[in-house]
Amino acid sequence: MPLTLNSLAALSGRASEHVLREEVEETGLTPEAILEKLRERLSIMRDSVRRGLASDAPSVAGMVGRNAKTLWEAEDPLKDPLLKRVQAYAMAVNEENARMGRIVAAPTAGSAGTLPGALLGVADHLGIPEEELLMPLVLAAGVGKMIGRVIHIAGASGGCQAEIGSSAAMAAAAVTELLGGTPEACAHAAALALQNTLGLVCDPVGGFVEVPCVMRNGFYAVHAVSAASMALAGIRSVIPPDEVVLAMARIGRLLPLELKETGLGGLADTPTGRKLAEEALKKA
Amino acid sequence: MIGPVMVGPSSSHTAGACRLALLARYLLGEKPKRVEFGLHGSFAKTGKGHGTHLALVAGVLGLKPDDERLKESLSLAEREGVEVVFKEVELGDVHPNTVRMALEGEKERLVVTGSSLGGGVVRVFDVDGFEVRITGSAPTLVVKNVDTPGVVARVARILADDEVNIAYLTVSRKKRGGEAMMSIEMDRPLTEKPLEYLAYLSYILWVRQIPPVMD
Repeated sequence: MPLTLNSLAALSGRASEHVLREEVEETGLTPEAILEKLRERLSIMRDSVRRGLASDAPSVAGMVGRNAKTLWEAEDPLKDPLLKRVQAYAMAVNEENARMGRIVAAPTAGSAGTLPGALLGVADHLGIPEEELLMPLVLAAGVGKMIGRVIHIAGASGGCQAEIGSSAAMAAAAVTELLGGTPEACAHAAALALQNTLGLVCDPVGGFVEVPCVMRNGFYAVHAVSAASMALAGIRSVIPPDEVVLAMARIGRLLPLELKETGLGGLADTPTGRKLAEEALKKA
Repeated sequence: MIGPVMVGPSSSHTAGACRLALLARYLLGEKPKRVEFGLHGSFAKTGKGHGTHLALVAGVLGLKPDDERLKESLSLAEREGVEVVFKEVELGDVHPNTVRMALEGEKERLVVTGSSLGGGVVRVFDVDGFEVRITGSAPTLVVKNVDTPGVVARVARILADDEVNIAYLTVSRKKRGGEAMMSIEMDRPLTEKPLEYLAYLSYILWVRQIPPVMD
C-alpha cells in the first residue's frame, strides 16, 4: 500500500525518511540520486526567488510584474520580517512564472511560489542552511504525490483548491518537518492547510496565470506557515487528513466548468476582468 | 510533484502541452512539415493566455519544457519551415486539456491525441485511431502490426531476450484481422539490434521507440 497522509501520521521517526524509502522502492533510484535532483531543483527555486525580487518587468499580459519587488522594498509597518519575506518570495516566483521565466512547478506552475515562499522564507528568517531543506522537500513531494493519487492536480480538474490547496499542504508539511515536527504533525499541518482552501475556484482573468494567481501564492505561502505553526503547537485536524483530501476531490467534481481554469467565471467574468482580457489578448 | 523545471506560466497548459507535442514529434520520427493542432476544452478556452500555442509548437520542434527558446517557438518554426495551424475542436467526453495533433512529415502522416492531466503529467491515448497509453514517464515502444495470432507473444519474446521488463502494455485494433497497435512501457529501452530486428519482421508494420519526456 502506498503511503497516505493517515498512514504517514501513524509512523515514528521523520516523515521524510518514510517518503524517501517509498520513492527509492518505486523509482529504483538511490537516495543520493533523489536528493541530488532535489538539490538542483532547490537551486532553481532559489534562483527564481532572486530574479523575481529584483525584477519589475511586466508579465506576458501585463497585469502583474512589479508586486514582489514593490513589497520587498517597501517599509514594513508591521515589523514582521517573516510575513513580508514569505509573501514576497512566493510572489517573486509566480511573477517570474508569469513572465515565462524558468521555475520549478510545485506541484503546478500556477502554484509554484507557495512552497519556496514558505520553506525558503522560514529558512532564511531563521538562518537555516540550504542542505537542511532537502528532506523537507522530499516530504513535500511525497505529500503532493499522495494528493495526486486521489485527484488530478490541475485547476481544470479541481479548481484552484487542487493547485494552491496541494501546494499549501506540501509547504505546510515541509515547514513542519523543518522545524522538528513529528510525522503526525506534518500530516495534520497538510490537512489543516488543505481544508482551509476547500472550494477555492480557478478563475484567472483572461485565462492568464496572473490575476489572482500571483498574489494568491503570497497569501497561501503565509497560510502554509500558519498551518505548520498550529500543527507544531499540537493542533490536529478533526477530520482525518485522508478524508480532507477526498472532500477536496469531491468538491472539485462539483465545481462548474466556468470556475475550473476556463477563464469564463468568477474574477474573469467581471466587467474589468473581461476588459483586461480583451486588452491582454491583443498584446499576447 | 516538485518539478518539472519549466518555462512558465502553466504546468498543464505550458509544460504538459510541450510534452504532448514532443511525444507526437517522437512518434512521427522526423521533423514535421506541417502540424495542425486541434485544441479542446480548456486548451481552447485559455490556451493563449497560458502559452499553450508556444509550448505545442516548441514540442513538435523537439524542445523540452525547460528550454527558454519555448517563448520564441513561433518564429523558430517559421525559420525551420514548419507550418503550424490552430483550430478549436470538440472531442467529446475527454479531459478538458486535450489536443489532437495532425502531423505531416516528408515520409509520414500521423494523428496523435493526448491530454495534459495536471502538474505536467500527460497521456497520449490515441494514435491514428488506435487506443494507446503513452505517458512519457518511461521508454515506450509503439508497434503497429498485422492483427494475427502470436504477434504479442513474438514481440514480448524479443523484449524478454533483451532482458527488458514490461511495465504496462496496451493492445488495440480497429477491426479483426486488420491492423493493430501496441504501446509498451518498459523499465529500460530496447537495445538497437532487437529494435532493428523487430522492424524487419513482416507482420510488424511500424515501430517507434519513444524516450521518456518526464524528468
